[in-house]
Amino acid sequence: MHDDLALRGARYVRRRVFDWVAGVGRVTMLLGDVGRYLAPGLRSFGLVVRQMGAIGVGSLWLVVVVSVFTGAVAAVQAAYQFSTVVPLKYIGSVIMRSVIIELGPVLTALIVGGRVGSSIAAELGTMKVTEQIDALRAMAINPVRYLVVPRVVAAVIMMPVLTIFANAIAIFGGFVVSITSIGVSAHTYTTSLKDFFYMKDLVSGLLKAVMFGGIIGTMGCFYGFATEGGAEGVGVATTHAVVSACVLVLISDYVLANVLFRFIFAR
Amino acid sequence: MIRIRGLKKRLGAKQVLDGVDLDVETGESIVVMGRSGTGKSVLLKHIIGLMTPDAGSIEVDGTNIVGLKERDLNEIRKRFGLLFQGAALFDSMTVGENVGLTLVEHMRMKSADVRRRVAERLEWVGLKGVEAMKPGSLSGGMRKRVGLARAIAMDPQYILYDEPTTGLDPILADAICELVRSMQRRLGVTSIVVTHDMVAAYKVADRLVMLDGGRIVFSGTAEETRQTRDPLVRQFIEGSSQGPVHAV
Repeated sequence: MHDDLALRGARYVRRRVFDWVAGVGRVTMLLGDVGRYLAPGLRSFGLVVRQMGAIGVGSLWLVVVVSVFTGAVAAVQAAYQFSTVVPLKYIGSVIMRSVIIELGPVLTALIVGGRVGSSIAAELGTMKVTEQIDALRAMAINPVRYLVVPRVVAAVIMMPVLTIFANAIAIFGGFVVSITSIGVSAHTYTTSLKDFFYMKDLVSGLLKAVMFGGIIGTMGCFYGFATEGGAEGVGVATTHAVVSACVLVLISDYVLANVLFRFIFAR
Repeated sequence: MIRIRGLKKRLGAKQVLDGVDLDVETGESIVVMGRSGTGKSVLLKHIIGLMTPDAGSIEVDGTNIVGLKERDLNEIRKRFGLLFQGAALFDSMTVGENVGLTLVEHMRMKSADVRRRVAERLEWVGLKGVEAMKPGSLSGGMRKRVGLARAIAMDPQYILYDEPTTGLDPILADAICELVRSMQRRLGVTSIVVTHDMVAAYKVADRLVMLDGGRIVFSGTAEETRQTRDPLVRQFIEGSSQGPVHAV
């Protein structure tokens, strides 16, 4: 009885590991195809621009709302933690650096990952189950060139742009809360921003955003293309795209933090 | 000319195609009939390279497309138009963009020429002035006709029709059959029509073939099909549940 249970458990683990390895292989092949069709895909730049609008402009208001409150919460939390040990004149710099290094890129990626990752997976998944992707192939149009390259490129371009917006708005949210409810003057806040601004912080945050954009676009397209069945399959693909994009964003955030701050920008 | 030899394809546990041999002459209109699930659509998808066979060859104008690289296969695909069962129109595009897509992608036509060609092809299928509509607002019959306009946009040598009349009322189905015939007359195309609609089959076919058990089991003209004593074909064309094939 116990042996049987153990055997079934081992088979389940083996199957999951095999599926995971196969999935990694398929994503790698998709990325290889994206590289192969990048140049021809960019020749139809109108498709990229259309996706940039859908990904960037479409996500802007959500990013604005989340960023305002991110900055506001960062100000309240900083004031609480500073209360006994750090002068409040440093609050601007702490908000700014935590936003541009970490909160801006990561929270923007999680928001865009949810909104855009699901949207891409649902659109491509529906195209798959209604034979629209087969129709493209039958019309001698490569689906990776026509569908995947514009989405991945647009996500890679728009994520840093959205992150810059998110950074600015979060710092502004922190500014408003600092001067209205914490008692820090506008001059103190802005001086703190100027004194502790380092270009490498901004660059590292934007490099992360580029990576996150690639992850979100790729995961959305991968799960969209892998959709099987009907509406249920589209739902499953959408969920997988969002979950995998968010998990990969957080894992790659850790990896990039190590690479950027322990090696590239160590000094 | 299309020449298929020994085509085999297994999907899961089922041997869908088990050695299909079929020749389609240039300019011929051939109907592939057979029960649901006998692999008619799978056969069409092999002919245009959307599926890869386990064994066998498919020659299009002397070139075996099995194992061709994507780029070479696409050159062959440009000779084809394919009407999908559900039309497979691109939801995110207008009707005009759907019909004109291959013209923009492959022929690099100027936008005025694309508009002219799109309007012409839509008029051929009886849909004038619908370029700005979205596929979601079209009826089933209109979707099929837009799908046909898209399939013929590049003046293909071959048109493949997957169940062109399924789900349509008899009058619309007859109109679609007329369109299939008129495309053959107007463009001189070779047509392969997959259907289990015998009324449509007799209207559009120069020759009918029957696919059963993964093989072509019958081939003949419309008249030969009507007169055949083959019990399997008779059961199919008469739509009877009594015969060599058990319905359930």
